[in-house]
Amino acid sequence: MSEGYLAATVGKPGLNIAIFLVFVLITLVIVFWVGRSNRTAADYYAAGRAFTGTQNGVAISGDYLSAASFLGIAGAIATVGYDGFLYSIGFLVAWLVALLLVAELLRNTGKFTMGDVLSFRMRQRPVRAAAAVSTLVVSFFYLLAQMAGAGGLISLLLGVEDNKSTFFDGQSLVIAVVGVLMVIYVLVGGMKGTTWVQIIKATLLLVGAAVMTAWVLGKYGFNLSYLLGDAVKHSPSGEKILGPGLQYGKTAISKIDFVSLGLALVLGTAGLPHILMRFYTVPSAKEARRSVVWAIWLIGIFYLFTLVLGYGAAALVGPETITKAPGGANSAAPLLAYQLGGEILLGLVSAIAFATILAVVAGLTITASASFAHDVYASMLKKGNTAPDSEVRVARRTALVIGLVAIVGGILANGQNVAFLVALAFAVAASANLPTLLYSLFWKRFNTTGALYSIYGGLGVSVILIIFSPAVSGSATSMIKSANFHWFPLSNPGLVSIPLSFLLGVVGTLVGGRERGAEAGYAEMEVRSLTGLGAERADAVAAHH
Amino acid sequence: MSTTGEPLPGEGNAFERIQASPEFVELRRKLRRFIFPMSAVFLIWYLLYVLLAAYEPAFMSIKLAGNLTVGLLIGVLQFVSTFVITTVYVRYANKNLDPAAEEIRERIERSQA
Repeated sequence: MSEGYLAATVGKPGLNIAIFLVFVLITLVIVFWVGRSNRTAADYYAAGRAFTGTQNGVAISGDYLSAASFLGIAGAIATVGYDGFLYSIGFLVAWLVALLLVAELLRNTGKFTMGDVLSFRMRQRPVRAAAAVSTLVVSFFYLLAQMAGAGGLISLLLGVEDNKSTFFDGQSLVIAVVGVLMVIYVLVGGMKGTTWVQIIKATLLLVGAAVMTAWVLGKYGFNLSYLLGDAVKHSPSGEKILGPGLQYGKTAISKIDFVSLGLALVLGTAGLPHILMRFYTVPSAKEARRSVVWAIWLIGIFYLFTLVLGYGAAALVGPETITKAPGGANSAAPLLAYQLGGEILLGLVSAIAFATILAVVAGLTITASASFAHDVYASMLKKGNTAPDSEVRVARRTALVIGLVAIVGGILANGQNVAFLVALAFAVAASANLPTLLYSLFWKRFNTTGALYSIYGGLGVSVILIIFSPAVSGSATSMIKSANFHWFPLSNPGLVSIPLSFLLGVVGTLVGGRERGAEAGYAEMEVRSLTGLGAERADAVAAHH
Repeated sequence: MSTTGEPLPGEGNAFERIQASPEFVELRRKLRRFIFPMSAVFLIWYLLYVLLAAYEPAFMSIKLAGNLTVGLLIGVLQFVSTFVITTVYVRYANKNLDPAAEEIRERIERSQA
């Protein structure tokens, strides 16, 4: 290790690794323990539907408060001030869409995946294929973001720098380790194991953030105004960090980009497949509602913490130090921890951040693999004639493939701001999934053609616009800096792709015309969704205990 | 995975009869009467906030007390409104939706048993 490496490292790498290993060990033991009772498909995908609303609510916040929330938002607030706050507001308000319009009805009508709900009154094979494709794409974007966060974090903690000249360097090794661990969690623990990892992680994250928040506020006599004043003093942008515009206020285009981001954030959550799938782990719609209520409170409180942590990092560490640190803005929260509590707190906070990444990638992997096995393999390829264990076997193999893809993709995306990458996943989810879900739950005439138009249309448009956006090429912060093939001016496609997808759903429905049996199918879905008639309860697990 | 006591798949008519029953129509009305307007309210309030942040940064940067700005206040109010809407909805659902849904479900399950 050269001098440069050591200078860029904070804390003791050995201690950081040790604390992290303890977490991994504890969670692995739990995953092995609960994984023993996984037998049926309902066990593997939906944890036997035996979690309570409260447990699931904590697990949802564990799933949702990803590295983007902890590292990305705190980092964004620390460096660009108020504009970072928008992320947390969008991420939180979005839960009202899930609470009011989606969670309970979805719980009552589906079994494991989004495809279940859509295929109720439509032609099974095409809509399941579409739902699976969009689930895989959204989960892939989300995975990229988490893996990129892992790389940045490691560079800070272990002094492993991002070596641009080789594809596989020290950070890549860390990303690979994260990928392997996530696959183990999923294969061994199934949804039950994954859920427990998320519950543990959410608890650690909330407690950790609460302690740091109190600590920061304590330094300023619990006066937020003093804290903000000190942040202003240490920021090169001065007073500007207290109002919006630092990141997005420069040009007319960047202002529109900000609105586009805001729209994607608020409409994305209820279309995220790994969040939707969590509603199937509880026994009833009422418990699904309770889960969302818990999630909203926990997530809301956490985001209020990040406001203090972000400005706290600006005040106590300084935006310039943060930007120069390995990992860039993503390192604001760990650096703040080091400033407050030295090596030990840094080690703890980093372990929590790792746990966060691990838990979220595990949740994404199980969702994507479930969608492939349940919608593509069992329903389409085998037309429903599969033994449940062969379906689960396919899901496990898919998890392996997803692990590999995530590792390679994560190495490529290394170094990007994770909150920004997650926002792209939200844009794709809001475009491809939300319009289709809402139409199929509430619109009587909606049909197969409409669903295909809105899923493939929303998915295609949002992904194409991202590829040709300044986020991918042609600017200093692009993924590919050396090339410029962008023609779409906005970094976030939401403003165009979301309304377009809603429109395509209507157009497709009109083009498709009436389908035989569609009205009866809608009647059945509506009765089931509102009353919970015939919804699967927690019986699968009760039989095992 | 017993889902006994429900109309068999393909028996669309049974579901259509339930769907047309006054109790069910009333349940749907109660649900939609709450969730649609409430969704409109929070989405408009949120979009107003986003537009203010994008196009009125000067207004959002006005200091109210110490270093606390209008933008921070409105931002925190978004949190407050989210918590309030959540609480109001849960009360509404417990009082107006759950009992009606349960009654319809039990009635069907009884008639099929």
